Amino acid sequence: MALEAKNISFRYSRKEPWVLQACDLSLARGERLALFAPSGYGKTTLARLLAGYLTPTEGQVLLDGAPLPKTGVCPVQLIFQHPEKAINPRWRLKRVLEEGGILREDILDAFGIERPWLDRFPRELSGGELQRFCVARALMSGADYLICDEISTMLDVITQAQIWNVILDEAARRNMGLIAVTHNRHLARRVAGRIYDLSRRQWDAADSNGA
Amino acid sequence: MEQKQETLLEIHDLSVSFRMYGEGLSQKDLQVISNLHLRIRPGEIVAVAGSSGSGKSLLASAILGILPSNATVKGHVHFRGQELTPQMQRELRGKEIALVPQSVAYLDPLMRVGRQVDGASKPRPTQQRRRLFRRLELPERTENLYPFQLSGGMARRVLVSTALLTEASLIIADEPTPGMSLEQALEALKMFREMADGGKSVLLITHDIDLAFEFADRVAVFYAGTTVEIAPVEDFRAGPEALRHPYSQALWRALPQNGFVPIDGFQPYAGSLPQGCLFAPRCPHATEQCHRQTPPIREVRGGEVRCFYGA
Repeated sequence: MALEAKNISFRYSRKEPWVLQACDLSLARGERLALFAPSGYGKTTLARLLAGYLTPTEGQVLLDGAPLPKTGVCPVQLIFQHPEKAINPRWRLKRVLEEGGILREDILDAFGIERPWLDRFPRELSGGELQRFCVARALMSGADYLICDEISTMLDVITQAQIWNVILDEAARRNMGLIAVTHNRHLARRVAGRIYDLSRRQWDAADSNGA
Repeated sequence: MEQKQETLLEIHDLSVSFRMYGEGLSQKDLQVISNLHLRIRPGEIVAVAGSSGSGKSLLASAILGILPSNATVKGHVHFRGQELTPQMQRELRGKEIALVPQSVAYLDPLMRVGRQVDGASKPRPTQQRRRLFRRLELPERTENLYPFQLSGGMARRVLVSTALLTEASLIIADEPTPGMSLEQALEALKMFREMADGGKSVLLITHDIDLAFEFADRVAVFYAGTTVEIAPVEDFRAGPEALRHPYSQALWRALPQNGFVPIDGFQPYAGSLPQGCLFAPRCPHATEQCHRQTPPIREVRGGEVRCFYGA
């Protein structure tokens, strides 16, 4: 029962340099890890590969020993860094949420999503408000693994703490696997059990004060 | 008048509202910024912190005069002592006042990065721009890439470079650092600090408040479209006891390194602002007076606070 990257490499074309080379990673359900590296080391690329948005040039991404399913809602859900680019600008937000699954009132409440917002278009909300929709959409989809790519950098620190506390609760309750991509070491220590440094390809000692 | 001269930008009692359609053809005004005050002196970095959707980016748009057409602005904005008119805004923006936009979507997706930072009128790559790219750790080949080929942090640094290349005396940086590594964010902020030390001013809108504490001179805290506290940066470094407003204290405590504890509740939505103090519904110290009356902004210990009890 794990999400695995087996010796994966990726580049956009043969002429381009490798964005990511020979990367191995394994995440079991119920495990939480933080991915840490300077900008440009392929953190987002790795996140996209693991969630099936990109196909590795070499190597394989396996979920419980098999390739990611090609149809239906993917059990590995990626939450993007830029919410304004992850939502169809021409859909009302209710439709955005319903695409992922059934509306769950408890999640809407936990994120402070006001019901009138559901009838609005994405451009009428702020980035922080939109990001709550993106996280809610991923949680409502019933995914087993969640990959959070810098999801809270555009949020104020109170909203950041609120959203992460909801994610951590839900992840614990549903025994989800979680990868948090972040530049913030303080945040990484809070949300993850272990920290992987992609630039040095090594595990950092994680503090034990995580959530 | 004395004071006007040592102030680069003065915002006084600013309100911004949007005209929205309700049911059918009926229209209503949605007030998103109310009674906002802020003053920036030459050589100063003022960090603007506060909740998402508290009007921080709208303030930037209001100063530059790039709000959408259904917005109404009331109140006064003075630049170098002169009332900022739409015509002045057109003349000043991009020259005297530069913006680092919040969204990386502001980059032209169809133009190579080097060319759009140089400006379309420049036929050759400029040395100044190449130096700046090197300093921001953008590899040489970045200039030939298109925006979609950049990582999030690289795109941010490209946006920052566009503003640093202008001769502007006021830079409004709207969330310049997300996606950057700590080292790169520090380098970018150091460059803003150097510009400020050279007499320019920076309005730094940011959620990376722990970084802002290192570089800013003063911090303005926004909540629900208004300024709740303006304090010297030392008070934020010192911790919650030195702060004047309960919301500023809550921000400090929610930082991952300071407890990661969020306060309950959410910022009120622009259409349903509470009566009295906007923070009262979430405030642990709120009294009956807070629910009835809007507190005025008061000077306390070298800072300003919009709270009856802040001390």
